[in-house]
Amino acid sequence: MPEVIAHKLAEKQKEISVAEFFERNKHILGFGNPTRALLTSVKEGVDNVLDACEESGILPDIYVEIRNHEDGECKLIVEDNGPGIVKKQIPHIFGRLLYGSRFHAIQQSRGQQGIGISAVVLYGQLTTGKHAKVISKIQEDRPATVTELAIDTNKNRSEVINRDTMHWDKPSGTRFEVSIVADYKRGRRFVCEYLQSVSIVNPHAQITFKEPDGTEHLFERISDMLPRKSVEIKPHPYGVELGTLIKLAKNTKSRKLSSFLKSEFSSMGDRTTKAVCEKAQLDKDFNPKNMSREQFLALHKAFKKVKIMAPTTECLSPIGETLIKRSLKHETQEISPEFIVTASRPASVYSGNPFQIEVGIVYGGSLPKDKTVKLMRFANRVPLLYQQGDCVSTSAISSIDWRRYGLEQPSGKGIPSGPAMFLTHMSSTLIPFTSESKEAIADIPEIENEVKLAFRECARKVQSHINKKVRRVKTREKFELITKILPEIAKKSSKMLDKPVPSLDKVITKIMDVVWIEDIIEYETTSAKPAQSTLFDESSEKREEGWITKSTVMVVNYKNKPQKFNLYAVIPEDAVVGSVTPKPTKITDNYIKWNLDTIPPADKRDIYFELAGLDKEDFDENDLYVENINPSYVIGADKWEGD
Amino acid sequence: MSRDYTKVINSINSIASKVYNDLESSEIPNLKLPTRTKSNIQFDDKLNVWKYGKNMTERSAKSLDGAYMMLRTMYMVDFIKDMIKANKSSTLREMYYISEGWDLAKFNSQPESDSLAEDLEVITSCMREDFKLRPEEDGARVIGNLTIEEMTRNKTKKKIHCQDDVGDSGYSIPYNVEPEKISFKGADADFILAIETGGMFDRLVENGFDTSNRAILVHLKGQPARSTRRFIKRLNEKEKLPVLVFTDCDPWSYRIFGSVAYGAIKTAHISEYLATPAAQYLGVTPSDIENYKLPTDKLTKEDINALKSELSDPRFQDSFWKHEIKLQLSLGKKSEQQALAKYGLDYVTDTYLPEKLAEMGIIKK
Repeated sequence: MPEVIAHKLAEKQKEISVAEFFERNKHILGFGNPTRALLTSVKEGVDNVLDACEESGILPDIYVEIRNHEDGECKLIVEDNGPGIVKKQIPHIFGRLLYGSRFHAIQQSRGQQGIGISAVVLYGQLTTGKHAKVISKIQEDRPATVTELAIDTNKNRSEVINRDTMHWDKPSGTRFEVSIVADYKRGRRFVCEYLQSVSIVNPHAQITFKEPDGTEHLFERISDMLPRKSVEIKPHPYGVELGTLIKLAKNTKSRKLSSFLKSEFSSMGDRTTKAVCEKAQLDKDFNPKNMSREQFLALHKAFKKVKIMAPTTECLSPIGETLIKRSLKHETQEISPEFIVTASRPASVYSGNPFQIEVGIVYGGSLPKDKTVKLMRFANRVPLLYQQGDCVSTSAISSIDWRRYGLEQPSGKGIPSGPAMFLTHMSSTLIPFTSESKEAIADIPEIENEVKLAFRECARKVQSHINKKVRRVKTREKFELITKILPEIAKKSSKMLDKPVPSLDKVITKIMDVVWIEDIIEYETTSAKPAQSTLFDESSEKREEGWITKSTVMVVNYKNKPQKFNLYAVIPEDAVVGSVTPKPTKITDNYIKWNLDTIPPADKRDIYFELAGLDKEDFDENDLYVENINPSYVIGADKWEGD
Repeated sequence: MSRDYTKVINSINSIASKVYNDLESSEIPNLKLPTRTKSNIQFDDKLNVWKYGKNMTERSAKSLDGAYMMLRTMYMVDFIKDMIKANKSSTLREMYYISEGWDLAKFNSQPESDSLAEDLEVITSCMREDFKLRPEEDGARVIGNLTIEEMTRNKTKKKIHCQDDVGDSGYSIPYNVEPEKISFKGADADFILAIETGGMFDRLVENGFDTSNRAILVHLKGQPARSTRRFIKRLNEKEKLPVLVFTDCDPWSYRIFGSVAYGAIKTAHISEYLATPAAQYLGVTPSDIENYKLPTDKLTKEDINALKSELSDPRFQDSFWKHEIKLQLSLGKKSEQQALAKYGLDYVTDTYLPEKLAEMGIIKK
């Protein structure tokens, strides 16, 4: 009798341990080499803190320290002021792979990135043989717990090696220490870049980074406002997979298909539920627990055939235009950029998953003119540092013709070159990454389109800025001409001919032949009101300085006929309008409008308005428009195109 | 020897009046002058040289640059008027430095002030000399069997033989070469050879080419000064000697030949004073590169652009130039006069020049 092959094979078949799994997949998990491993470890640590603080409404103070030992071994320390972790949960969170609270929730979070902090513990254990240490304190009047732990790689369980308590000054928080094999010399640049990037998209976080040589970098908090709390939502029918659908049906408490659809999915009302059931040719009173695979398949197909409202976007927590601008300004101080523009798209949906795109452009200053533009990519406030070429944001940027916005781009395609930095941030309940390493967002048409639209809007702002710059130069030139050069020409020619100096008024009007609008913006501090603070901010009694933005606009009629027209000043949505002179005709969230009185030739009008609720330089450029006048008569404002 | 400057003063005043009248009648002041570009030069059949055409450029005070230009013009004509009154003269460079004191009207660089002086010539139909402005001494040199009579500083006439009375560096051409300053008192030579580089001039002198081949050698010193061109023209007309131009083989050298033979674009308003229509180009030609297998350099981007620009230059439209320029573009190479040294120091005087001159019918084989 020949031996049964299956028996023979069975001898070799056994469960593989997590250690083996990790070893085989470490490149996908971000531990492929000692440089990557360092960054991934920092990243997992920091992401964890940010998510925990956000969930519990604490403004995060994060301390990251790397100590460099000989033989390529590093000690990584990440400490926070978060809520702390209860003793019994510590081994699970740090000592067990694929364990977490956010895995199943449809909600925007950082946590869906990477495999988790336990992977760092495992990596450290596998490469150095040393145990990780976690100090955590959850309440002011209690001592902190100290846990030393390892991972039993055969069972995927944590092993507590040692447990202790200690006194810790902090009211609450967690400190995590791990030894790993890492290449600090090469990895340093990535760690710095990563922390800076994190700071840009998390303006509410304060991050301190201490290098092995003792150098400390501080990435300051620039907003006391916690990100809007994102809300967990139910899956949207467009995005649900067949397997998930079946699983939901097995676990539902609903007895009828119609109530199952309405209670387990978002955006399903009576009408859509009825339409879906009809399309799938299923009775709405079916018990979902008893449905066959074929019936689920029909239901799944029917979802796609019915028009279902987009899911609510409350589950998203974008950063916001003004905050991105402020962050970029803060982090690019050394570059002293010429200007920063940002644009934020309304929330949109791809296969049932809500998402929102925000972008920013930093331009000029000491940025290199001859290199390709630096792209900063973010997903749910987490920087993406690798695989730039595969990312949807890269292809969207590449498909825009940047040449007319003052950047170089051979044949109008590809990443442009010039003194600029581009930021893209995607918020979503599910970021569609191209691969497990979660470094690039997949090429999904809806997303690409939104990124393009956002950058186009930014590019228009860049264009308007460039126009303004050109106009300012022109204005300055004209001014020089009529106030300095022309009188000199008159003086010299009359002196040569021994004649009186002629009057120049009419010639000046002829040379200018425009309505000339000039403006200045000034800032004044005020300590009248306490600054914005959050409910959770315990130091809210502390009063901070506020700023009043003061804008003065001067209109001079250099035409030889009287002019009467309307003027619009565009203002940021989050600004509060203070005093305005002359009396405006209309004030909305977005603009102030004046129907100006007739201005006789060579006459001048001053217009003034104040904005509160903004930081210094949040509003650093007037955006002026005119109506009821030929826009080509006007220097200093564009044509008003409507609200 | 005071000459009558009334006409010059009148034309200068007319510029000031034009500007003043414009201002008084509430017009934006403007001045018109012929456009001084390649596209606006045409061949004058009567004078046999290239002159400005009918296109006019308007200098208006409407733009800042235009207004600055006008203010500078005012300062410059006032300065010229003062010089005429005080019976002084200045070099172009001196005027540039004087303009430093003109406050808003000062120039950014000397080429700007030189170019405005040329504009004034064009507007008033006067010559630079009428304005009491002169160029720097540029000392272009002459060696050959030629006698010149020069009016010296002491107002005495002095005869100079351009071989016997001069050293190896030759007779130095003064900035004024008009009859009141120099006159030609006989030459015993067969042709005039105008040479671009000093190195080649010295080579021909050392090899005694002026004696052995009965040549008057003139060093052009790159793009030749007005006085050098005027000197060649007068010598050509007075002594009826053919003029041959010997330069490097590159587009910039062809422009040197153009300014000698046809008239330069910048000074087309006075081409009839400066150009020698009878001048011929001897070499080095692109054909020579092939025929003599000369060492070469690759054409740069600028060279190629300059050659292409010459293909559309109305002065270079004859079959010789079209053929040579196209040949050079296809070779992609350029060469220098001194590349002939590849075959030895005497090769240029013993072989190259005699061959070329015979080919052109200047000397017999």
